[in-house]
Amino acid sequence: MFKWLRDYLYFLYRCFVISFQGSGYFYTWMTFLTALSLIGLNAYCKQLVYGLSVTGMTDHVSWGLYIANFTYLVGMAAAAVMLVIPVYIYKNKNLGDVVIFGELFAIASIIMCLLFVTVDLGRPDRFWHLIPFIGKFHWPVSMLSWDVVVLNVYLLLNMHICGYLLYMKYLGRKPAKILYTPFIFLSIAWAVSIHTVTAFLLVGLGGRPFWNSAILGPRFIASAFAAGPAFIVLTLQVIRRLTGYKISDDALFLLRRIIQVAMVINIFLLGNEVFKEFYTESLHGASAKYLFLGLHGHNNLVPWIWSALAMNFTAMILLMHPASRKIKYLNIACVLAIVGIWIEKGMGLIIPGFIPSPLGEIVEYSPTLNEILVCIGIWATGFLLYTILLRISIPILKGNLQISLKYTQRITIKSE
Amino acid sequence: MSDSEKQEPGILDEKVSRRDFLKRSAVVASGAASLIAAMSPLRLMENGLSAEEFVQNHYKELSKEEMDKVIARLSKKIEERYDVDANLRDVKPMDGVEYVYALNLSRCNGSRRCVHACVNENNQSRSPEIQYISVLKMPKGTMDMEQGTRQYEPDEVPEDDSFYLPVQCQQCENPPCVKVCPVEATWQEKDGITVIDYNWCIGCRYCEAACPYWARRFNFAEPEIPKDRVNPDMGYLSNRPRPKGVVEKCHFCLHRTREGRLPACLEACPTGARIFGNILDPESEISFVLKNKRVFVLKEEAGTLPRFFYFFD
Repeated sequence: MFKWLRDYLYFLYRCFVISFQGSGYFYTWMTFLTALSLIGLNAYCKQLVYGLSVTGMTDHVSWGLYIANFTYLVGMAAAAVMLVIPVYIYKNKNLGDVVIFGELFAIASIIMCLLFVTVDLGRPDRFWHLIPFIGKFHWPVSMLSWDVVVLNVYLLLNMHICGYLLYMKYLGRKPAKILYTPFIFLSIAWAVSIHTVTAFLLVGLGGRPFWNSAILGPRFIASAFAAGPAFIVLTLQVIRRLTGYKISDDALFLLRRIIQVAMVINIFLLGNEVFKEFYTESLHGASAKYLFLGLHGHNNLVPWIWSALAMNFTAMILLMHPASRKIKYLNIACVLAIVGIWIEKGMGLIIPGFIPSPLGEIVEYSPTLNEILVCIGIWATGFLLYTILLRISIPILKGNLQISLKYTQRITIKSE
Repeated sequence: MSDSEKQEPGILDEKVSRRDFLKRSAVVASGAASLIAAMSPLRLMENGLSAEEFVQNHYKELSKEEMDKVIARLSKKIEERYDVDANLRDVKPMDGVEYVYALNLSRCNGSRRCVHACVNENNQSRSPEIQYISVLKMPKGTMDMEQGTRQYEPDEVPEDDSFYLPVQCQQCENPPCVKVCPVEATWQEKDGITVIDYNWCIGCRYCEAACPYWARRFNFAEPEIPKDRVNPDMGYLSNRPRPKGVVEKCHFCLHRTREGRLPACLEACPTGARIFGNILDPESEISFVLKNKRVFVLKEEAGTLPRFFYFFD
C-alpha cells in the first residue's frame, strides 16, 4: 500500500519537474503564455476591484464575451468524443495513438470553461453557494445547476481516463479494462450531455425568442463536432513536428471526414434557423434581423456574422473538395472552421439574444479592452495547461518517462 | 528502456550546479515578482470581505438570533458608510394577503414621478443610476414594445399621439427568474412578492436573462448613494443598500406594504393611475378593478402569470 502511494507520489513529482523542462522553443512558448496569463490575471484583479462595470456588459446585454467563449469551449470539450468513438467503438487504429490528446484537450477546455464562468460572476467570493449540500444548489430546477454538475463530472471522467492510462503506461503495466472502459462509454454520452445542457441553458428562456428554439441543441453539437476536431488536426501536426511522436496522415484524414460531415450538418441547421426567422416575418425575428442585417441602423454584429458565414462556407467547400487531401488545404479549412464557428456561436449567438431587449430597446454591446484581456488570459492559461499535459504525456507514451528500474523489480515488466 | 539517452531525467539522479541553482532562483523570484505585480490592483479593494459575511447562510436557513446578528452587523456598516441610523428590519409576509397591482393606462401621463419616487424610496444607486420602473412612450395603435421608447424629453407630458406604458417587476405567479437561479437566491414569498437575498446572490445574471419584462438590474459597480439621500426605513429583503455584484429589482415596497402602507410609486403618481392591494380581500379596490375593468397582462403568451395588470378606462 505504501509502496503504491510512494510510487504514485513520485510519479506526480516527476510530472511536475518535467513540466518545467524542455527545449528553447518550449521555454519561449511557456514564457509567452505565462506572460499573457498574468496580463489576464491583472485585468481580472481590476474587475474584482471595480466590478463588472469594467466590462462592456449592461443591464440590456447582461452576458458578453465571457459567456460566448464559455459556450464555444464547452463544444471544444465535447468534441473529444469524435476521437473516442472511432477508437473505442469502431476500433480505429490510426486514431488509437492520438485519442488521448483529444481527451487532454477536453480537460484543458473544461478548465477554461470553469474560468470563464467564474470571471462572469459578480460575486465569485460566494462560489460555495453552488456546492451541493454545502451551499443551496437549485437542482434539478435550474439548468445552470445541471451545467455545474455535468461539466465537473465530465472533467473528472476525463481526468480519470487520461490519468489512469498514462500512469499504467508509466508503470509499464497493462491497464485493467474494467477500470477505464466503463468510464469511456460514460464519457461518450456525457460529452453529448454537456453541450446539450449548455444549449438548454439558453433554450429554456421563454422570454428570449432567439434562443428559445428546439434546433439550438443540435446546432451546438454539430458546430462543436466541426470546430473541435479541426483544432485537434492542427494540434496533432504541431505535436508531430516538435516531438517526433508518430502520427499518421490517415489519422488526420479521418478527422477531415468528421469535420466535413459535421460542417455540412452545421450549415444545414443554420439554414433552417435562418429560414424560420426570416420567412415568417414575425416580431420574434428581430434578433436575427439585428444579427444578419442590422436593426434600425444598429449593425455592430453584421460584419462579424457574414465573415463567419463566409469562413464556414469556404471551410465546407474546401473540406468537400479533394484539394483538402493535401495537408496544407486541410489546415486552411480547419483554421476557417475554428474561427468561423467561434464567431457564429460565441458572439453571434449570445449577443443577439439580448437585442432587442424584452422591452424592445436596442442597446449594442462591444467588449472593453479589460474584458478582452481577461479572455486572452484565460485562453493562455488553457493553452499553458494543455502544453503541460502534452509535455508530460508524450514522453510517457513514447516510453521515455517510466518508473525507474530499481523500483520495477517487484512488478512484471511487459516486454515490448 | 532501449534508448536510454532520450530518457527523461529523474530529479533524484540530477546534480544541481551552483550556476543552475542561481539561475533557477532567479527564474522563481522573477516569476513570483510578476505574479505579485499582476495582482497589485487588489490593493485598491475597498470594503474587504469579513469572515461573518463570507460564511453567512441563506436567508431561509438563518435562525431568529442569527438574523438579529446579521441585521446588527449590516446596520453598523450602513451607519459607518452613510452616517444614518437605519431602521433595518426583516419584514415578514402577512397571512391571507396576496398583493396585486393594476395600472390605468388611460390615466398615466408619462410624468415618471413613479420612477424617481422609487429610486428615492429604495436606495437605488445614483451612479450608475439604477431604476426599477421603465416608462415606455408608445405610439397609439400598437402594443408592440419595440415601437416604444424610454427616451422621451418633451416640454410637457402627455404628448398627443402617444400613450405611456410603465413596466416594472410583474411579480409573476410562475416566475422564470426564480426557476433559473442556480443557488435559490431569489424566491416567491407567500404574499406573491418575489424577493432576492442580496447576501446570497452570486451575480451570474441568469435571472436577468430569463425575465421577459426586463425588470431586473445588476450592480455592475459599487452602488453610490449620497448620504443625505439615504432612506433609513429599510427592509432586509427590499431596500437596504445593496453590495456590488448582485441583482436587484422591484419588490412592491414590501417594507411599506407589509406594514399596511402603499408602494412609493403609487403615492407619487399624480394622476391616480396606480391601484394596489390585497386580492384575497373581496372588498379591496384592486378586487373591484380586476372584477369590473377589462384588464390584461403583458406578454401573456410567456406563461408567467403576472400579478401586475393593465387596463384602459
